[in-house]
Amino acid sequence: MGWFTRTKEGITTSTEEKKETPEGLWYKCPECDEIVTSEDHENNLWVCPKCEHHEKIGSDEYFALLFDDQRYTELGADLVAGDPLGFVDTKPYKERLAKSRQGSGLNDALRAAEGKLDKRTVVISCMDFRFIGGSMGSVVGEKIAIAADQAMKRKCPLVIISKSGGARMMEAGFSLMQMAKTSAKLTQLAAKRLPYISVLTDPTTGGVTASFAMLGDLNIAEPKALIGFAGPRVVKETIGTDLPKGFQTSEFVLEHGFLDLIVHRKDLKAKLSQFITFFQS
Amino acid sequence: MQTFLEFEKPIQNIIEQIEKLKEVAALGAVDVQPTLRDLEKKLADTRTEIYANLSPWERVQVSRHPDRPYTLKYIEAITDGTFVEVHGDRTVKDDKAMVGGFGLVKGRTVMFVGQQKGINTKMRQYRNFGMANPEGYRKALRLMKLAEKFNKPVVTIIDTPGAFPGLEAEERGQGEAIARNLFEMMRLRVPVICVVIGEGASGGALGIGIGDKVLMLENTWYSVISPESCSSILWRSWDYKAQAAQALKLTAKDMLANKLIDGIIPEPVGGAHADVEGACRNVKAEVVKWLEKLAKTDPDKLVERRIKKFCEMGVVEKAKPTPKAKS
Repeated sequence: MGWFTRTKEGITTSTEEKKETPEGLWYKCPECDEIVTSEDHENNLWVCPKCEHHEKIGSDEYFALLFDDQRYTELGADLVAGDPLGFVDTKPYKERLAKSRQGSGLNDALRAAEGKLDKRTVVISCMDFRFIGGSMGSVVGEKIAIAADQAMKRKCPLVIISKSGGARMMEAGFSLMQMAKTSAKLTQLAAKRLPYISVLTDPTTGGVTASFAMLGDLNIAEPKALIGFAGPRVVKETIGTDLPKGFQTSEFVLEHGFLDLIVHRKDLKAKLSQFITFFQS
Repeated sequence: MQTFLEFEKPIQNIIEQIEKLKEVAALGAVDVQPTLRDLEKKLADTRTEIYANLSPWERVQVSRHPDRPYTLKYIEAITDGTFVEVHGDRTVKDDKAMVGGFGLVKGRTVMFVGQQKGINTKMRQYRNFGMANPEGYRKALRLMKLAEKFNKPVVTIIDTPGAFPGLEAEERGQGEAIARNLFEMMRLRVPVICVVIGEGASGGALGIGIGDKVLMLENTWYSVISPESCSSILWRSWDYKAQAAQALKLTAKDMLANKLIDGIIPEPVGGAHADVEGACRNVKAEVVKWLEKLAKTDPDKLVERRIKKFCEMGVVEKAKPTPKAKS
């Protein structure tokens, strides 16, 4: 005999009365499987409260996090990619762009803005991974150029938050030369002795690592971000064995001497402010 | 033993016929001269025809032809054998995939750096297939800074399938090494001439590719990724390399049309591998020409123009403003 007896027969709730759990109420950490409410996750700046996994966030979130009173003026906001090569792979580049613009509500993979950080003028550029993997094409290069020009005009520091899979293949030679272009602008900034702080977030790879992301007067990163030149899969294929644990993480890159500091997202504004003080006092 | 590419088969046939004929002639029985003349004319015509109509993918294959001259060959030719190679990045080691040193061009000292591929199986391994590690880029930078200190112009010779994507390369900061070179070359206060003589693959090529004049030999390629890798990423298969080569617009002609390079150096008919001396002569003539032209430019002007040139690269548009709804 069973220990419990059903008092009702089967499921009696009618379809109309069924209570649905709305989507997106919960966040499950991909690293440690901890489950928190999306609200708590957001309040914790999209960082897992248990393992401190920093979830990818976009320019909107970083601008809100860093600019005083969440106020800023966007630079070159209306720039969009041309298709100089008429590039077509499995679908035309133009279509990919349109789809990405529609899906993300963004014009390209980087936004630049001027505002105040602890009452001091700064120009911040921030990449958006949601837009074709944060890939660098002509628009990313041009907006970094605009940001650098604005920093020179205001005689203020430049911060670039990187988050990119690398160069945008669909702009081929043009995208390669954005590495040169962005580096060129940084030499002008350097000649004016204006500080440039590079913030590397998950992931920063390829042509972005091999240009502006590694050229900061200070290079700082969020914890456990993937940072490298070649992607882990390519390196694995090259060496033919498994990669050591923690390979190409922020901590690994810091140990090998290419980062100044690893900063938790909640401390990012305070640390940037502190460094700006060091440069300006 | 010459190597022939797939589309060079007609050339191979004629060359074999000529050789057979010469064997017959050696026996002395028949007069082969008229036939030989015909065949040689046919060879020249065939070469001209095939090479006039190369597809981008065929050019990529020519750029990797095993009989093509490599960096040191060109440097020897440009310096009339006065080149002295120097070694090491002063930090980790000497990278054999990146060579560099002084040489004399018309009595003037010039600093040369470039990726070097191996000429046979053993040397290919020794040279790591022309794929430099961070220390290679740092050696190149050390030599370029040395040239700047003593006011000597720099010539870089580019021929690489890419920067080496190894574990130690990552540990030693491949990305930082390339980035640093872009930054420092951009403000180098001496003339810099860059010549792509074979493969110009991505950041690994650009890492020594910032110059006042960036030139490409006729049958070379320069882009952000190799056609094979592009095919595997965008088409998810290795079979679309010809389409990828077409789409990437990676030939010298396309790169010049897009104003991403400054000039094309012609190759002898049939490619650099068909006439190595001729290819070397052409490269030398261009390098000498630009060294002379740039020698008198004021360093400030030089740097300013170089920065301006690279800053003008890229194509952007303005988004059409969304029309306001009428109320």
